[in-house]
Amino acid sequence: MKKEDVRVCILRVGGTNCDVETKRAFTELGVRAKVYHINQVLKQRVLQNSEALVIPGGFSYGDYVRAGAILAKGLLAKLGKDLERFIDEGKPVLGICNGFQVLVEAGLLPGFNGMGSHPEAALATNIPVGYRCRWVYLRHENRGNCVFTSKVSRGAVLKIPIAHAEGRFIFPRDKERRYLEKLYENDQLVFRYCDEDGEYAEGRYPINPNGSFHDIAGICSPTGTIFGLMPHPERAYYGWQLPDWTRMGSPPTYGDGRLIFESMVDYVVKSF
Amino acid sequence: MSRRLYVRRSLPFDLYEVKILEADNRDLLRISEEMGLALNLQEMRSVKEYFSKVGRNPTDVELQTIGQTWSEHCYHKTFKGTIETPEGKEVRSLLKTYIIKATKEINAPWCISVFEDNAGIVHFDGDYAIAAKVETHNHPSAIEPFGGAATGVGGVIRDVLGVWADPIACTDVLGFGPLDYDQKRLPPGVKHPKYIFRGVVAGIGHYGNNMGIPTVNGSIYFDESYTGNVVVYCGCVGILPVERYVKDAKPGDFIILAGGRTGRDGIHGVTFASLELTEESETVSRPAVQIANPIEEEKLKRAIITVRDMGLGTSITDLGGGGLSSAVGETAHKFGCGAYLELERVPLKYLGIAPWEIYISESQERMLLTVRERDLEKVLEVFRDEEVEATPIGRLTVDGRLRIKYQGYMVADLDVGFLFSPPQVRRAAEWVRPQLTEPRFPEPQDLTGDLLKILASPNVASKERVVRTYDHEVKGNTVLKPFCGKYDGPSDAAVLKPLDTSWRGLVISCGMNPRYGKIDPYWMAASAIDEAIRNNTAVGGRRISLLDNFVWGNPEKPDRLGSLLRACRACYKFAKGFGAPFISGKDSLYNESPLGPVTPTLLITAIGVIPDVRRTVSMDLKEPGSLLYLVGRTYPELGGSEYYKLRGLIGRSVPKVRVEEAAKTMKAVIRAIDSGYVKACHDLSEGGLGVAAAEMAFSGGLGLEINLSRVKVSSELSRSDYVLFSESNSRFLIEVPERFRDEFEALMEGSPFSLIGRVRAEDWFSIYGLDGSRVVDVSVRELRAAWKSTFGG
Repeated sequence: MKKEDVRVCILRVGGTNCDVETKRAFTELGVRAKVYHINQVLKQRVLQNSEALVIPGGFSYGDYVRAGAILAKGLLAKLGKDLERFIDEGKPVLGICNGFQVLVEAGLLPGFNGMGSHPEAALATNIPVGYRCRWVYLRHENRGNCVFTSKVSRGAVLKIPIAHAEGRFIFPRDKERRYLEKLYENDQLVFRYCDEDGEYAEGRYPINPNGSFHDIAGICSPTGTIFGLMPHPERAYYGWQLPDWTRMGSPPTYGDGRLIFESMVDYVVKSF
Repeated sequence: MSRRLYVRRSLPFDLYEVKILEADNRDLLRISEEMGLALNLQEMRSVKEYFSKVGRNPTDVELQTIGQTWSEHCYHKTFKGTIETPEGKEVRSLLKTYIIKATKEINAPWCISVFEDNAGIVHFDGDYAIAAKVETHNHPSAIEPFGGAATGVGGVIRDVLGVWADPIACTDVLGFGPLDYDQKRLPPGVKHPKYIFRGVVAGIGHYGNNMGIPTVNGSIYFDESYTGNVVVYCGCVGILPVERYVKDAKPGDFIILAGGRTGRDGIHGVTFASLELTEESETVSRPAVQIANPIEEEKLKRAIITVRDMGLGTSITDLGGGGLSSAVGETAHKFGCGAYLELERVPLKYLGIAPWEIYISESQERMLLTVRERDLEKVLEVFRDEEVEATPIGRLTVDGRLRIKYQGYMVADLDVGFLFSPPQVRRAAEWVRPQLTEPRFPEPQDLTGDLLKILASPNVASKERVVRTYDHEVKGNTVLKPFCGKYDGPSDAAVLKPLDTSWRGLVISCGMNPRYGKIDPYWMAASAIDEAIRNNTAVGGRRISLLDNFVWGNPEKPDRLGSLLRACRACYKFAKGFGAPFISGKDSLYNESPLGPVTPTLLITAIGVIPDVRRTVSMDLKEPGSLLYLVGRTYPELGGSEYYKLRGLIGRSVPKVRVEEAAKTMKAVIRAIDSGYVKACHDLSEGGLGVAAAEMAFSGGLGLEINLSRVKVSSELSRSDYVLFSESNSRFLIEVPERFRDEFEALMEGSPFSLIGRVRAEDWFSIYGLDGSRVVDVSVRELRAAWKSTFGG
């Protein structure tokens, strides 16, 4: 389909707060992105009329119970069927920060067996504990399955900021090894925290800013069409958003975050 | 509780008549105290006089309304009152005589609304304006640090919403007692600085992060006097289309209360009802601090911006101190209307709240809007869509009276004009210059150790561990962040790019020098203004507007008032000298605890613009071989400095501001930045040249060699340590590539400046003293480690 016909649904509820800059990122790429309150999505059957779904960052419903938990249940309860169809059609779903937490809580990621009924992983409280806003380096691990990173070469290092208190990706301790193997087998691993030179953090703080298992920053579904990551690509979209652009004379036009949105749009244009 | 003064009306709810007409002076004071009105005898007598004329006794609702409206917090009695100066003259209104006068005389074309609304409004770009407000939330934060600080942020965000602006950034400046304060020295009721520090920091982060408003600028300051009086300044900046700044309320408009529900939280002081129930301790000990719910405010914000964009509201204000009583009263007063309310319509958190409590409750996340009858349903629908409660609770009327009904009974009927003409306070001011002497001690030969110690001192050291708990990136518009360079250097100001369609940037900075105030509040105020403006200038900001926030002790004590008067005089002189108008401000007085008064503290926030954010300059050194210039003149001004503090001294040579030269210097710096000659620029403040140079070096990861004999000093300055650590105002360190040397020097002609050093590729920092010997010799890495050692990275 044509780029200008692509409709991106950016979902928000009370407490979502990164919708505007996320929308800006898509609009800049020439697609039709719109922010919808979950009530509108229900009433106007927005999912049926969209080619992509994004759950942006924020504190959905105050992140009470657990980060993303309430929205995850709400999504399944209110939109479950529509969402299942949406995913079955291969339409991409992107979860950024709180959106990643929602996708994990909803059992959509890692989603080893399709849409699960319970979470197979968790985004737990950071170690060291506390909210943290800083720029990190991400090493691209995916071998080509993830449709959100087709424009990123394997092994490339991206610079994107994080801002969260619950971003420590973990599996159940007893299944840790097995699940990690699955991630590799299915080519679901997308980003790992690393240093400027691409060396894995191996848990070292603050290179790994939250204590994530295996330095995991972002994963996708076995189909590669659902993707969640803790860092905020929309905050690294333009060059002037970079923390050190003043050292470059004038800012570069774009930051690394743009590649993710570009890849996603590219996939939609080619597939539908 | 003197029962004879209060009569409960036989109604299905709690309403008391207060027998003020029969009350003598002692009774009047008693009523004021028992009801927690905080009115003095003069004020109580004019209340009595009013009701004598009316010919009846007031209800508790009426008295509480008057108490709230006439409070220092709502009416700013001291700033609007008459002051007898130490010179035997009279000043009628500090606010008009000094602060507003400066703004009027500057008559800046960019000012849109100053000192009249919830926030000051200045033009930004094209059809857009910027709204800014800074508040204090000291008292609540001293009782309950987390809730106090969080609701402080929530409150100031609502102030910005209260001029129809969309909040885009928060600032916070905090003052704490020393974190290692001896627990045994704390008097009962005063919480340990560390406890307060943790709670306040968490509260600030919680609210801003949850609402998705970046916290981009601020500082943390430690002072012994903040132990009993924590200082919490919360600021917010918003953006609005100029034409959407609507103030058009008329009689007949509906009054809508929107947002959170009303409860007993935030009813201050000893209250009537709780005294009635003395045996029931649970009620008595109910916390008086409000409860924060940022998600509620986030939804409220969205609804209000939608109402704004649809052009459906005729006026708006927030509910802060005084709750409904203040918001309704001020709205009616401002538009020359009266108001009629049906108080039982106010949605409550729980039952059993007396009418007066509903009317003055400070429950959070509430806003008051007025709308035309024809738009009422549309407005309510907007709120429904956002899942925010909004209720019409009454209407504006033509008659200039405030009438409140509760379940069909009239519980208040007051003249709005009377409500807003409290008796003027009259207070005496005196000021005795503190007896201080300039210390004498031998000049150390090596200053490396002192420099490292100052870098690690709490007021200079990196606050990264705290600042990273605030989201400074959300909204994706932060161009210059709190940290810059290769190694998280301390930015002088924040730069935002609020409009997608424009490269124009908003520059936010601040200045605060409480230690100078211990010597002379006049020069403290001058220094704070200079510091705020030069921080703005250092990154490329110009066309500056100022916000003033005073935190002082009890103004009824003449010495506290005397020092306030001196600070206000400086505000006038230096704002005018710099051509930077005040656009908004707030005073927090009565900051006294068992440990004594707060050290007088003036926070100046500067809001500037930069025509193109791509011209923004950060403070980290960038290029080996570059030249380092010191712009501005250095005087022997170490009074209140970090260098003296290291020796446990204060001194008396407080830094002054030579405003004409300073204004000229800042203009020259801006010209140099616009011309592209400036690679890095940093202001000199606490710790003077030594600290500023070290910060530039370790932020850029480059070495530096400086020769103090090249520094432009006043003739009486002859010691290397003084040159290195003097805190003279209006100075900048500027990195200029060798190739721009001639152009830069030609541009700076007419301002004091000198080439003092050179950027080195090696990780080494050396400073040569006045006699040519090496006085500082240390690796850049070590400087950085010292700076990060105190609070961690």
